[in-house]
Amino acid sequence: MDWISAIVQGTLLGGLYALFAAGLSLIFGVMRLVNIAHGDLIVLAAYMGLSTTVMLGIHPFVALLIVMPVMAGIGYVLQRGILNRTLGDDILPPLLVTFGLSVILQNALLEAYSADPQKMNAGVIETASVPVGGLTLGVLPLLTFGIAVAVIAGLQFIFYRTSLGRAFRATSDNSDIAQLMGLNKTHVFGMAMALALAVTAIAGILLGIRTSFDPSVGGARLIFGFEAVIIGGLGNLWGTLAGGVILGVAQTIGAKIDPGWQLLAGHIAFLVVLAIRPQGLFPRVSH
Amino acid sequence: MSARIVRTSRSAQVAMVIAAFGLIVLAAAPWWAGRADLRLLGEIYLYLSLAMLWNLMAGYAGLVSVGQQAYVGFGGYLLFALTMFAGLHPIVAILAGGVLAGLLSVPVAVLIFRLKGAYFAIGTWVMAEVFRLSFAQASSLGGGSGSSLPVDVVKSLADSRSGREALSYWLALGAAVTVIVCVYLFLRSNRGLALTAIRDSEVAAAGLGINIWRTKLEVYVVTSAFTAIIGGLIFLQKLRISPDAAFSVNDWTAFVIFIVVIGGIGTLEGPIIGTILFFLLRETLADLGTVYLIVLGLVAIVIMLKAPKGVWGLIRSRFDLELFPLSYRVRTDAADKGR
Repeated sequence: MDWISAIVQGTLLGGLYALFAAGLSLIFGVMRLVNIAHGDLIVLAAYMGLSTTVMLGIHPFVALLIVMPVMAGIGYVLQRGILNRTLGDDILPPLLVTFGLSVILQNALLEAYSADPQKMNAGVIETASVPVGGLTLGVLPLLTFGIAVAVIAGLQFIFYRTSLGRAFRATSDNSDIAQLMGLNKTHVFGMAMALALAVTAIAGILLGIRTSFDPSVGGARLIFGFEAVIIGGLGNLWGTLAGGVILGVAQTIGAKIDPGWQLLAGHIAFLVVLAIRPQGLFPRVSH
Repeated sequence: MSARIVRTSRSAQVAMVIAAFGLIVLAAAPWWAGRADLRLLGEIYLYLSLAMLWNLMAGYAGLVSVGQQAYVGFGGYLLFALTMFAGLHPIVAILAGGVLAGLLSVPVAVLIFRLKGAYFAIGTWVMAEVFRLSFAQASSLGGGSGSSLPVDVVKSLADSRSGREALSYWLALGAAVTVIVCVYLFLRSNRGLALTAIRDSEVAAAGLGINIWRTKLEVYVVTSAFTAIIGGLIFLQKLRISPDAAFSVNDWTAFVIFIVVIGGIGTLEGPIIGTILFFLLRETLADLGTVYLIVLGLVAIVIMLKAPKGVWGLIRSRFDLELFPLSYRVRTDAADKGR
């Protein structure tokens, strides 16, 4: 029963990892950009949530109403102001610029909030649990997983059912022809980054409620998100959710064997997938 | 009028003479520099070596890794493990660490070379995390809290403290010179030519019959081995190691990347200039703490956007300078007479 419990907990944890990964997957899909600062942006969102809840005395979930649009705005400005200039055939500029951004964000957060671990208080929901078929599941992990499924379904809907999604797909397929058809590439990329950072805001708030965080934890979040994307297969959002679940389950099973093995087990699962199926488990596009 | 193709230039000859004199002065530093200056210089040489190696990998082979701290930490830990448990002399242990890192980097490369471009970068980071977590599990090496180099191992280097400091200084200087000379000779060789071709266009290079995967693998293995040796020397200076210090992405990758980007990526002069600028900036702004790192990040971003070839690129675009004679030039008799 302990093992089943570990697997179920890992599955729910995978929802959070899928949220880390969704933004990463989205911007890679639209503009082939890998954002090294992605994890630090998640942590930035968590700190924003913390400040909003403390200053306005509101619940973290209500704070999302403020943090999501602010993060989306930051994403749009960041993309049009800086990142659009780095896109091209050479992979170095985007990589190094987002790497610089990551160091700036980390140290700016350190300057503003110190290195002390912080946590958001979400009230009774943090400890509430429901019995499900002999297992006791936390309401918060269940809710996180539900939100992850909803976010991915929402992104899927935007991608395949709206004009914005059509613009994303067109620019991704061939940005020059999309320009000829009257799309403004820089604006489309800005919107993609805005959407990605709105998702990041949700991930950051859920992270901040679930565990304590400090300015240095961004790198690990980036890695978890990245592993979920690669395990699931590039360009497939539902695959990313599956990748997050596999990573989460590997981690909880690892922790069950030996607490020191939690992170290592996740990385090993990733390396095994890379070794036997480098294109990921459910790839949609090939590169 | 006849024309000849030459490789050397007046600026390279002058640079060579200045470098030779500079090297003699620096080698004598234990007699003219204070203890703190000696330490700082040693640190500069080791960062210069890391920057040279990363530049060879990222700037020439296109392998943009953010995970070379894996090998810095590996080399450091092997120094501790091989001296403490196998009773090796520290210098032998450091060299053995380099060889083992080279061997280990082959299976690592086979796995992460499956990732392309930017995903390769994050893949190297995952590898570094695997290394860090694995060494944190090794309780005989102090687990997560790390361990110090035993006194008798330290004493085996030299009896007096000043003797040890001088030796560790010369080792760092020797390592930097070795790395620079090796990278230079490698780039001048046929394989270096293949690598430069890959840097300029992978498709064209493949068309000329260059085995891209193999060339990249060779560069990855050699730089990883050297990086581990430098890591051993770094922790020979520090005398203490812990997983967080040994596998720090900030210390061993972020700084190194900034050095190379600011100096000029894909050139041999870039890392040298970058290292000098980095330490000038650090020594003047270090009191500011985190602000210093923010400034460093901003400088790197501005350089990448406005002058992607770095400070050396700016200098080269104004003056026809080349300190390391790598490119070929056409020299006519008329030009010779004009000199």
